[in-house]
Amino acid sequence: MADALAKSGFIGKDDEHAAPKTFVLWRPTAKTGLMGWLTTVDHKRIGFLYGISALTFFLIGGIEALLIRTQLIVPNNHFLSAQQYNEMFTMHATTMIFLAIMPLSAAFFNFIMPLQIGARDVAFPRLNAFSYWVFLAGAIIINLGWFMKDGAPNGGWFGYTPLTTKLFSPNHAIDMWVMGLQLLGVASIAASLNFIITIINLRAPGMTMMRLPVFTWMTLVTAFLLILAFPAITIALVELMMDRLFGTNFFEVSNGGMPILWTHLFWVFGHPEVYILILPGMGVISEILPTFARKPLFGYPIVVFSGASIGFLGFGVWSHHMFTTGLGTMGTAAFALTTMVIAVPTGVKIFNWIGTLWGGHISMRTPMLFALGFIWMFMLGGFSGVMHAAAPADAEQHNSYFVVAHFHYVLIGGSLFSLLAGIHYWFPLMFGRKVSEFWGKLSFWIVFCGFNITFFPMHFLGLNGMPRRTFTYDHNMGWDTGNMIATIGAFILGIGVAVYFIVMIYTFFKGERTYQDPWDARTLEWSLPCPPPEYNYRVIPTVHARDNWWYQKHHKEEIAKENAEHAKAEEAHGGIHMPFQSIYPFIAALGILIGAIGVSVIDPDPGPGLIGKKLAVSLIGFLIFFVAVCLWSLEGNEGYHIHPKAEKESET
Amino acid sequence: MSTAAAGAIDHHHDPTTSTGIPNKKLLMWAFLASDCMFFGCLISTHLIYRLHPPPGVPAARDVFSIELTSFSTFILLMSSLMMALAVDAIQKGNVKSLRTSLLTTILFGSIFLGCQVYEFNNFVFEKHLTITNSILGSTFFTLTGTHGTHVAIGVLWLTLMYIRSFKPAGAEAARGTWLLLSFVHLVVFMATLGLSMYLVLHFARAAQAGGFGLHTCLHFGKVEYKAILGAIVGFLGVRWFALPRGPVDFDQRHAIDVEMMGLYWHFVDIVWIVIFTAVYLLEYIK
Repeated sequence: MADALAKSGFIGKDDEHAAPKTFVLWRPTAKTGLMGWLTTVDHKRIGFLYGISALTFFLIGGIEALLIRTQLIVPNNHFLSAQQYNEMFTMHATTMIFLAIMPLSAAFFNFIMPLQIGARDVAFPRLNAFSYWVFLAGAIIINLGWFMKDGAPNGGWFGYTPLTTKLFSPNHAIDMWVMGLQLLGVASIAASLNFIITIINLRAPGMTMMRLPVFTWMTLVTAFLLILAFPAITIALVELMMDRLFGTNFFEVSNGGMPILWTHLFWVFGHPEVYILILPGMGVISEILPTFARKPLFGYPIVVFSGASIGFLGFGVWSHHMFTTGLGTMGTAAFALTTMVIAVPTGVKIFNWIGTLWGGHISMRTPMLFALGFIWMFMLGGFSGVMHAAAPADAEQHNSYFVVAHFHYVLIGGSLFSLLAGIHYWFPLMFGRKVSEFWGKLSFWIVFCGFNITFFPMHFLGLNGMPRRTFTYDHNMGWDTGNMIATIGAFILGIGVAVYFIVMIYTFFKGERTYQDPWDARTLEWSLPCPPPEYNYRVIPTVHARDNWWYQKHHKEEIAKENAEHAKAEEAHGGIHMPFQSIYPFIAALGILIGAIGVSVIDPDPGPGLIGKKLAVSLIGFLIFFVAVCLWSLEGNEGYHIHPKAEKESET
Repeated sequence: MSTAAAGAIDHHHDPTTSTGIPNKKLLMWAFLASDCMFFGCLISTHLIYRLHPPPGVPAARDVFSIELTSFSTFILLMSSLMMALAVDAIQKGNVKSLRTSLLTTILFGSIFLGCQVYEFNNFVFEKHLTITNSILGSTFFTLTGTHGTHVAIGVLWLTLMYIRSFKPAGAEAARGTWLLLSFVHLVVFMATLGLSMYLVLHFARAAQAGGFGLHTCLHFGKVEYKAILGAIVGFLGVRWFALPRGPVDFDQRHAIDVEMMGLYWHFVDIVWIVIFTAVYLLEYIK
């Protein structure tokens, strides 16, 4: 992998790279090999790291899903035990949401967003690396249970108390889940802060907010959702952790604790979270449709404002997850109303996408197929979503397979389809190779069919009363056929995903080469060579229009003149500034990992003694973190300069 | 750029960013927005459980000592003033004045922390309010403890900034030496601070038990002579580290770093005003 990338010309020459080599504050210079990846601060490479991790966890989560479906294929099945089944559905959801879809979005934020705004990197490159490594630490903690006697977390992805309190879940599985999610929160917030500052402060000249590509806009909205929603679950997790480790009473009913508090805090996070999952996808779709319909996005300001208002409204609908908890008439009515309101901007977006297609010169390439599949499937998921807004109906559907069908339509049909579309769309830019149309389209149709065969029957299963999270069911309930079809569908979906990724891997090594702008696209990132050089833009572009690359293609002389001037000015300032690489983000995250293992995995010592093993490991982890952060800040944000012109000559 | 060479730095405008706001300042603002949500959730938790108390939960009014907390609140407020002076000093390039203000801020922050340690001790051992024995204890200690952790991180950050202000100019060649020296500086500083806090707290307890008189002082000196000696040596060490040693690599260019830290400090202060009002003062209505 590293070799292939090195060969692909992705990595700049580092002849100008004279990092001071001293006692401790040495600056690593390796661009390839393990050290190159551990110390990288390049947003594109960090994007790859996110992407690879996300796809790995996506496959793990997929296998968990297949095991779940295998268990449910026939009534009274004993393929999995009830305990294993609980672990499977908990880990399937946790993995898919936090370790697959979110980091896959983060991969696109990292790789695409700075390119779209004409920046050379994010605002804080080392913080960006830190975010990734902390994410990985959290992912490791959550999955550690598979290899331990305590087993994987089994309290559901929502972790409802009092099921997850010490009384009912005495072993470390839940501790690891609690700790891992907190780390993922730290990673998400750090990364989002970075994206916010980057979008607000690092735009190329002329790139006003209302000229930002929609994907970048949705990155901004998602980042704000992340920094404002994650604290709620973090505090809920802290309170649960305090209950579990120190015996506090937040959710201890016998001492006045109220489990409903957890439910509220969780869904105050949990509902913005679903928009965190879908908004990046909506951004991707808003990039793909104009490119393949060959006309500008219909109603750009409305699409942007709809996205932003979804972000705002997303904080006011959480209790629709809790209609059956007895909110009272007033609360129920209010949340039913806000839930119906939030469907409006979503619907507006769908009409804008249809408006973009209307009268366009549509070319049916693979990314476009996935994008159209997204619109259709997401709409179906949206319809069943609005059905839940009606509180009386929701009381019937609550905790049934109808809900499972609904959120898989928005998560797979919505988020996943759009991200798969995004991978196809940006693959040429990332790797300089293009997926074969035949295999791409074939994988789409298998995924599309498998997905519908799996989840459409679940609507009926749910309406016929099949509860979710049930590990098996009786023969005479009338659920046999639906489950059989769903499981067959799941395996078809699995085959589709496998085809998709095998084709991707093949393309990575052997695909057709592409050079620049293979889709005849509209936004700035396509003005770069494929794959883009380390410094992204040889000359920071000046933005004249919303679809600036389209403008550039039709004003070549003006742009060439402008670029030549800017290149001269930049060279006069000493060339392109690149940040030094750094090992400390990685070490800081390593310290966090060790500390988290101390807190969540190690047993408290029964004996006396001043410092037990648990405390010792936690403190060592904290010390490593602290020292790494100090050295990180002392090494400074210096960098070096490269002169891409000279490089070009040496290449030819 | 030419203005920078002339010595005048515009602290409120960074020409290299799209908005003119420095990246670091914007980062801190966005982080504080996020931190607002953290504290919002904790304060809500406390208030919800305060409004729905289970039977047998102790009355907060019987536990709190409003005089002490008012005093520590006042001290924390004043520390914000000193923090503002520190930012002002470094924006004018006055490192000496910066150090004085930083030290005062650290001192006031430590007094606040000391008051919290005293308060927690008092609640646990005399008022029998612990983190486990009632829901009030759980929410109160978690909320104020989280705030205290923020203050402690702030004190640590201030100390690191103070030590950083001694980095000699042109230290690239002797980076390792300076690093080692500043590490010792940090350890001595923190040990001195810790010892002083320990002594003050123990003296307060001794004075409470035996009255504030010559006898108590002498007895205290006899019992704690090791710690007192250690603190004196520590103070001398900190003083020695602060001796002037030629030009330093710390000036107006670092004002943004101090300002960012200041934003954090003021925010933590404001959060305390909210906590003081919501958790303490509201108990005294009617």
